[in-house]
Amino acid sequence: MNSLAFDIAHALAGSMVVLSFLLLYQDRVYALLNVFALHSLALALAVGWQAYLQEAHHLYVTAVVALLFKAIVIPTALHRIVRQLDIHRTLEVVGGVGRDMLAGAALVALAIMVMLPVTEGSNPLARQDLAFALAVILLGLLLMVNRHNAISLVIGFMSLENGLVLAAAGALGMPLVVEISVAFSVLIALIVIGVFLFRIRERFDSVDMQAMDTFREGRRK
Amino acid sequence: MALIDYLVQGCQMALVLLLAPLLTGWVRWVKARLLRRRGPSPLQPYRDLFKLLRKDVILADSASWLFRIAPYLIFAALWVAASLAPTFAGGLPFSWTADLIAIVALLGTARFFLALAGLDVGTSFGGIGSSREMMIASLAEPAMLMMVFTLSLLAGTTELSAVAHFMMTAHVGLRMSLGLSLMALVMVAIAENARIPVDNPATHLELTMVHEAMVLEYSGRHLALIELGAALKLVLYLSLLGCIFAPWGMAMAGAGLNAYLIGVAVYVAKLSAGGVLLALFETSIAKMRVFRVDQFLGAALMLGLLGALLLFVSRSL
Repeated sequence: MNSLAFDIAHALAGSMVVLSFLLLYQDRVYALLNVFALHSLALALAVGWQAYLQEAHHLYVTAVVALLFKAIVIPTALHRIVRQLDIHRTLEVVGGVGRDMLAGAALVALAIMVMLPVTEGSNPLARQDLAFALAVILLGLLLMVNRHNAISLVIGFMSLENGLVLAAAGALGMPLVVEISVAFSVLIALIVIGVFLFRIRERFDSVDMQAMDTFREGRRK
Repeated sequence: MALIDYLVQGCQMALVLLLAPLLTGWVRWVKARLLRRRGPSPLQPYRDLFKLLRKDVILADSASWLFRIAPYLIFAALWVAASLAPTFAGGLPFSWTADLIAIVALLGTARFFLALAGLDVGTSFGGIGSSREMMIASLAEPAMLMMVFTLSLLAGTTELSAVAHFMMTAHVGLRMSLGLSLMALVMVAIAENARIPVDNPATHLELTMVHEAMVLEYSGRHLALIELGAALKLVLYLSLLGCIFAPWGMAMAGAGLNAYLIGVAVYVAKLSAGGVLLALFETSIAKMRVFRVDQFLGAALMLGLLGALLLFVSRSL
């Protein structure tokens, strides 16, 4: 295989992992949204490059869908929601850079150690994409576990979904129907989440998940 | 032939020593221009050094022998480190000693003696400076070593001249790991040289100073040596960045006089470009609180670690 082509695919997929790490590091809501937009942009570029390498034209559609929906529409919508909820000035307590980063690095190591032996002998391009995709998925889960703010949970979920798309694109593409339905289900999830955020806020005066935890415990007594 | 090689090595040692104050002055001058001040001439550090060398040394009553010999040790360690790193030519007689781990160790030695000297007189500022310097170092050094690991896994050696040679081959390609290592090294360099987001080299505000607090008790020729050492450290880090990540234009062993001259010109250009970038970065960012430095350097460590991890998912598949 052309080594430069591989290097570019490597750099694009690798930058998604780095951006996932940056998501873990952000404590301001707007910064989180902007990094997520970058994350989706990297996804669009990575998928577009895969489409070019595999000569799979339907993957271009996937790339455009990622670019339009995930890099533009969803971050803009979340920006608006944040402004309406009036939580754009709140700082989120990120659990200490050391702990998160070490956990993240361990997850990346885990993803590489799991994926490389399993995919032994297949196309190196698919192997590295699968390893990076698993790392992105695990980092998205870590983000969701670590945060209290509902917006951060949404971002964690969306970045996890980006990882899924990367994996699907690496494994010689997925059917266009599946891709479009996934993209729309994510959009619908965004709408549902948006409605829910306002409902949660109306009910609890906060979008902090810890506040909801204490409420639930109060009911149980 | 061998004689010429030793001569070139000697030139390199003299060159870093002569260029160091100029680089510091250059960074200060560019910073001043960016702030729309006229600023002192880039040659000002030479004048300062000569003035300090002519002045008497004033020692505190409580200063021990360690306080007096520390400047010489610090200067020697930093000068050796700066002249080992390949600047304008690779494959010199002492290149085999220019090992990245050895350079990290030399920097560690200099830092150790500086921290001891800060504690020696027994003033509170010196103690604060030493403890902060050690906190920064304990985070910066692992990040630096992670970067060294990545490079040595990639190039198969920790010898700088060979690393530079390896980087010049087309075999390297576009690697994520190298980009991450570059970022990690830049962050470490900023922290180690006491530049702005971590420490402000131009202030004596007691709440924030780190490096200046340690050397507060020094005067005369001792201070001159310490200042020159700090300037050499900046040259060393820029040379490291240049020879690892932008080794183009470096003369290789046994090249003719022309190649060496071109190498020197390219090296000076690299240093001045690095100085401009540093000044731009410093004017565009605010100093961070001391207690946030661990986040900054933790990110550098994480980038280094990630660089080493991503190396396993690269073209070797």
